[in-house]
Amino acid sequence: MTDTVASKPEGTSPWGRRLVVAVPYLWLLVLFLTPFLIVLKISFSNKVVAQPPYEPQLDLAGGWQAIKDFFAGLTLDNYYAIFDYTENIEAYFSSLKIAATATILMLLIAYPMAYAMARAPKTIRPTLVMAVILPFWTSLLIRVYAWIGILDREGLLNASLQWLGIIDEPLEILHTEIAVYIGMVYSYLPFMVLPLYASLEKLDETLLEAAADLGCPPWKSFWQVTVPLSLPGVIAGCFLVFIPAVGEFVIPELLGGSGTYMIGQALYAEFFPNLNWPGACAIAVLLLLVLVVPIAIYQNVQTKEIEGRA
Amino acid sequence: MTKGLSKINLTALTFGFAFLYLPIVLLVIYSFNASRLVTVWGGFSTKWYVELWNNQQLIDAALRSVQVGLVSATVATVLGTMAAIVLVRLGRFPGRTLFSGMIYAPLVMPDIITGLSMLLLFVAMDLSRGMFTLMLAHITFSMCYVAIVVQSRLLTFDRSLEEAALDLGCPPAKTFFVVTLPIILPAVISGWMLAFSLSIDDAVISQFATGPGASTLPIEIFSAVRRGVSPQMNAVCTILIAIVTSGVIIASIATKRAEVARMREERAAMAGR
Amino acid sequence: MAPKPAQKALGPIRRSFAPWLDPSAVPLIRFENVVKRFGDFTAVDDVSLDVHQREFFSLLGPSGCGKTTLMRMLAGFEHPTSGRITLAGEDLAGVPPYRRPVNMMFQSYALFPHMTVEQNVAFGLKQDGLPKPEIAARVAEMLRLVKLEPFAKRKPHQLSGGQRQRVALARSIAKRPKVLLLDEPLGALDKKLREETQFELMDLQMELGLTFLIVTHDQEEAMTVSDRIAVMDHGKLVQVATPGEIYEQPNCRYVADFIGNINLIEGTVESAGGGEVRVKGEDTPGAFVCAGDAALAQGSKVALAVRPEKMRVSLDAPPADATNVLQGEVWDLAYMGDWTVLLIKIDGSEKVLRVSRANMTRTEAKPIAWDDRVHVWFAPDAAVLLTS
Repeated sequence: MTDTVASKPEGTSPWGRRLVVAVPYLWLLVLFLTPFLIVLKISFSNKVVAQPPYEPQLDLAGGWQAIKDFFAGLTLDNYYAIFDYTENIEAYFSSLKIAATATILMLLIAYPMAYAMARAPKTIRPTLVMAVILPFWTSLLIRVYAWIGILDREGLLNASLQWLGIIDEPLEILHTEIAVYIGMVYSYLPFMVLPLYASLEKLDETLLEAAADLGCPPWKSFWQVTVPLSLPGVIAGCFLVFIPAVGEFVIPELLGGSGTYMIGQALYAEFFPNLNWPGACAIAVLLLLVLVVPIAIYQNVQTKEIEGRA
Repeated sequence: MTKGLSKINLTALTFGFAFLYLPIVLLVIYSFNASRLVTVWGGFSTKWYVELWNNQQLIDAALRSVQVGLVSATVATVLGTMAAIVLVRLGRFPGRTLFSGMIYAPLVMPDIITGLSMLLLFVAMDLSRGMFTLMLAHITFSMCYVAIVVQSRLLTFDRSLEEAALDLGCPPAKTFFVVTLPIILPAVISGWMLAFSLSIDDAVISQFATGPGASTLPIEIFSAVRRGVSPQMNAVCTILIAIVTSGVIIASIATKRAEVARMREERAAMAGR
Repeated sequence: MAPKPAQKALGPIRRSFAPWLDPSAVPLIRFENVVKRFGDFTAVDDVSLDVHQREFFSLLGPSGCGKTTLMRMLAGFEHPTSGRITLAGEDLAGVPPYRRPVNMMFQSYALFPHMTVEQNVAFGLKQDGLPKPEIAARVAEMLRLVKLEPFAKRKPHQLSGGQRQRVALARSIAKRPKVLLLDEPLGALDKKLREETQFELMDLQMELGLTFLIVTHDQEEAMTVSDRIAVMDHGKLVQVATPGEIYEQPNCRYVADFIGNINLIEGTVESAGGGEVRVKGEDTPGAFVCAGDAALAQGSKVALAVRPEKMRVSLDAPPADATNVLQGEVWDLAYMGDWTVLLIKIDGSEKVLRVSRANMTRTEAKPIAWDDRVHVWFAPDAAVLLTS
């Protein structure tokens, strides 16, 4: 019945409503949003050798004067420092490059998989989906660790290639760009396969039959029917892997080398060994700025999808 | 699409799944390797598992991880379910956009930023870092995953069930507990499982959120792995994989069974038996 | 279902039941100038309506006409933007759904999937805090009433569609509500089961003496079960009358067209008076005469509405005293078993009239066939004069 236009739920007591909204809302405000504001604030502070290692400190007890002093003490130096220090700037570019390349690689690997899954007999499809999700339940750390044993100079890959007589000298794969790509693709593949599968599975097969009936050969109908209709899945999948890949820390740290220094590592290095909190915060803010556009696009797509279903 | 798979499709699936599973399988196999060297198979042995048993530091970390996981998954499930209800049911209210933004953002937020910001908050709040701050951090990111899981179940929930309960004289809060919750319970449980596994798997955020003396299993693994591959680590990872995998598989088989039984009963009912 | 002897006894009661004609009768439900807007969309537009105790009342209209919204306002799931709804004299504004003495049977049945049939039926009674033995007794009574005793321990998914429908019904009448609301109650059933259930519903309503308010888009269903029908369109009430009146005396083109099939002949009034109105056809050539006392000015636009079964058709010339005679050609013909429907294109116009004939004999010496030239006519009192 289309008469039932959605409206605000009736019969809910206003107090119950307020409580249900307030508890998670406050939690996220205090533990998710406030921390970001603090990061923003510290990114404009000066590094000092103290506890905590930055100034100025906002002392609200000091009244208006203290607040004025506080703002006067803020600085953009940390941002200039990032641009002065080429290693950090390079880390930004290599993060974007690695994330983008890994995304494209994943799309190339995931599409045939998702397509084959969507074509599989209906009865085994849930099992296949399950099989794709299952590794994701295992820690990222463990999955990355598994590759170290394979890619190492004395690892399983080199050992078997040498045993087969394909190579004489072991290949240097671990601590190179290739290792990082393998790690990224491996760790994020389920996030690419699942949205693709979701959109391909929805695809009505009679559309392809209609295309064939109208004289379209299979390869053409793949490009003219299947691919366009799976685009939402492609977009969702790409954003879903690109965004976290840019800020990835564990994979380049464990599999990468000097050539794959990524922004997450730069942040970690500023924060822990260097104890430069304002510098680390400035890197975080810049990283967020880089990610804001894709995150906004992704959220927009998601919200529309959800509201479309509701 | 119920025809058999073509050769190309079959190849794609074979290679895809081999890529996904081979590394894990190798890792598991080599945890039973008697040799310390990764590449040399020195015969079957469980000595690394025995060695683990004597590694008190690792066992303490594991127990801590389980503790944090249980508490944070449970709190996250309550908060995440509430958040899902807010997103699906409460329509528009002031600040809704911000709210849904705060639910979706942690899903794509790089761990390192979440970790850094959490740590700075704890410093600003003058909380000494340890188990408590660890739980706060884990609850915060995992409640968003729970919210998404429960939300997608609520979206397909037949509202008329709740209306029927109200219509029959059941007040709204009671309606939630006697009608809505029992029906969405499977989604809430899988939300809990997801939250638990996220908590027990997390290394990066934990590194920021925890303090001295409260290291978790992933933190221990991370620092060990940085030093290189060791059979003992293979053994730890194998245990973790076994726990998580069997949990997920048992849960999914149980759901599948229930579904099949239900379908059979439905068919019988339609046939008039 | 075979008619029970009891039904025969109820027949006369039913025939004489017409509280809406009694000016002193106090209605059970009153909608007073009720308006409901969703943003810019007006779902219910200034509806005033009285429903009497023990009435079987239908809200009929296409989807989106506001009938469901009107019902949901009575149940308490929507609040009127303006206007008032009273039940037994009590203003319902501010009374939440769980405190209203009305119960609803949902279109989807809304059976709680995690509860057995018994628990579903007992749900409402439990909310009232009735003592356990009383609940058990009432549940047993309800299950007997809908003939579901052997299924008490089953869950909804273990029932067939028809059984689920009966559980929903039992659950909604278990609390003996002042009004039972039924939202497309039979929509999910197949045709045969639907017809059976219609009669069961009528019996049940009689037996329990409840007031039923039903929402449906199925005009046959409304005609079968209702004491009165309210036809709705775009949020407004168009006509409120008994099924017979709705069919034979539609008050406008919308109702005439919505209920059953009808031929509308557009024209202008030539003269009116002496119990008849003479109309000059516009889309159909010819002069028509129609019984009626309406005081209509000469030249005013009207439509003559004639039901297909009230038109006569023959190959031979009509009797000499026939009125409203037209000639045409058989355009199309559909044999339906009990009826044959003919579409006849009238000479000198684009008008196609629909005429139905009862197939009273098994064979005909000279059956009417495609392209035959035929005469069509109808009596002056076969037509209803519509001005809006």
